Amino acid sequence: MAGAKTRVAVHKFSSCDGCQLAFLNMGEALLTLFEQVELVHFAEAGPLNPGTVVDISFVEGSLSTAADLQRIRAIRANSDFLVTLGACATAGGLQALRNIADKGDWVASVYATPETISLLENVTPISAQVKVDLEIHGCPVNSRQVTATLRSLLAGITPLDERDKLCLECKRRQHVCVMVTQGMPCMGPVTRTGCGALCPGIGRDCYACYGAAENINMSSLGRHFSTLQLNPAQISHRFVSFNSADPAFTPEPAADTARDD
Amino acid sequence: MTEQRDIRIHVPVLARVEGEGALHLTVRNNRIETLQLNIYEPPRLFEKLLEGREYHEVPDMVARICGICPVAYQMCAVTALEQIFGMQGSPRVQAMRRVFYCGEWIQSHALHIHLLAAPDFLGFDSAPEMARDYPDEVRRGLRLQALGNRLIALLGARSVHPVGACVGGFHHAPGAAQTDALIAELEQALPDAAALITWVAALDLPDDRQDFCSVSLRHEHEYPMMQGRLVSDQGLDIPIEDYAQHFTEHQVSHSTALHATLKGKPFLVGPLARMNLNSDRLPDSTAAILAQTGIRFPSANMFHSIVARAAEIHFAISEAIRLLKSVTGPGTVRSAVTPRAGTGYACTEAPRGVLWHRYRTDAEGNIRSARIVPPTSQNQARIEQDIARSLQAFGLDRLEDALRLRAETVIRNYDPCISCATHFLKLKVDRR
Repeated sequence: MAGAKTRVAVHKFSSCDGCQLAFLNMGEALLTLFEQVELVHFAEAGPLNPGTVVDISFVEGSLSTAADLQRIRAIRANSDFLVTLGACATAGGLQALRNIADKGDWVASVYATPETISLLENVTPISAQVKVDLEIHGCPVNSRQVTATLRSLLAGITPLDERDKLCLECKRRQHVCVMVTQGMPCMGPVTRTGCGALCPGIGRDCYACYGAAENINMSSLGRHFSTLQLNPAQISHRFVSFNSADPAFTPEPAADTARDD
Repeated sequence: MTEQRDIRIHVPVLARVEGEGALHLTVRNNRIETLQLNIYEPPRLFEKLLEGREYHEVPDMVARICGICPVAYQMCAVTALEQIFGMQGSPRVQAMRRVFYCGEWIQSHALHIHLLAAPDFLGFDSAPEMARDYPDEVRRGLRLQALGNRLIALLGARSVHPVGACVGGFHHAPGAAQTDALIAELEQALPDAAALITWVAALDLPDDRQDFCSVSLRHEHEYPMMQGRLVSDQGLDIPIEDYAQHFTEHQVSHSTALHATLKGKPFLVGPLARMNLNSDRLPDSTAAILAQTGIRFPSANMFHSIVARAAEIHFAISEAIRLLKSVTGPGTVRSAVTPRAGTGYACTEAPRGVLWHRYRTDAEGNIRSARIVPPTSQNQARIEQDIARSLQAFGLDRLEDALRLRAETVIRNYDPCISCATHFLKLKVDRR
């Protein structure tokens, strides 16, 4: 590839478009990015070549229709390196909450003629269907994460997979612990770092929008939340939200404190 | 042109819109036979996801409907829930919320003008291409967009799905030093915003006047954002709680977004509708720059939307400067919440137009039911009507590439947010 620019694509599935903004919100740096790589497909920014072979594909959104499955397989086949962008693509996103409900009933209650709405049984992250080379977590991911990933890949370095717990970042920033000092049900002990510890930084409890960190102890945190006067439904809501299709946040049968109902 | 043309155009994804959709167009004997705006972004069923959740979870959940206008969703949610709980933000909290919302207007409008819309009027496929010939203009736009994002982050810690707002107010008040620094940046950006109005007004915009009904909020003395009554230029004047009695939403088979109509007819929401109904509420400084362009509001030219967006950026910057001076200082920006059962309503002006929420809660403040009407589903019927009229006025005998580009330009002019509404575009023209 000597001399040739790295070919990059940005694809979207079911999502809020917020993770693509990690590119579009770069400010004037966006123009530098367009000079450094060849953005061959990025519908929201203009270029349209969905079926072209590329070096790196960034994929936003979760899979929820049969057409999605065909499209992601084609993207995988056309991409050397596939990066998922954000909670929907890596862990189903908020819309994966429908996996644990009666879907038929849900569609019928929003749409008058539900038979015209075609949905898969379950909303799934990208890795459930194709091999993913790197997952960037967060709801939403930020410009620092995508820039760092792209720089590493352009330099031929394996991008850093940030798996630390938020607590470590929070301590480094010298924020006062909101759980210890104010009894807030903070998700920091089980949540992946990367956001910059924003919530504790403004005095609120982390709500786990970056998904599960490595080696977490959900049951222990769930039990601690029950001592903070949270009822089982409230504890369940802490885990089952923005990353509900992440197996690490799926309640184990033994962890009864984290079960709803 | 007596020769019969039998042609099919197929564009799999419409570029430079938020979300996914398509347009199906059949032209027979130089007449449009069918025209359907297909929204195929899968439905995400947000209203159902909210049922059973706690009131304090709602602002962060509804933000995820849209990455480009999360503030609008958060502000509707907190307003409606506070109505149920019999509370209202303090004057300081209300000023902070309006500043927060100004940040979103600046960011969203600057993104749309420069990255999505302007390339259409200058003959480019994308903003980076446009940047080669118009580097200063594109950089100015990206700077304004970044400024809007910093304003959101001042109050919300980040610009996409910000974390600062809550039912009861805000989790924190911005620091004095940060606020002063941002006021200085906003003041420096005012000449950029003024130059932007002049630049978009001088673009070669199509002159296509149409009849349409504008709908927006109207407030006693403010340019509308979070408060006021719902009004139209055809006599509607109702409290926001009565929305569902006047506007109806129905499903159409070619779209996962519900279509809304007013008395059975399409209507317009968004920056042009707001300007058409509220230009008398603009500050003198914005009105003076606009007056020099020669473009007058109300305007029946839909392509004046881009001018309305630029004017609203200038307004939002001026408004944020005015209000930021009152938001710092000691004292709480969060009131205690006592949940109770009830029904609450909110209607605010998202960057793309009227956004309406209704929630019902139980005595603990858990959500029993939710209904959310986003701007793009309200505009969808109007967009279809506009494409048909625009293409007829443009001339259906034109080359297909020209027809397709005009149809896409019309659609992008609305800044449709499909992510919002699905809760958009392949173009297929069948000529027989």
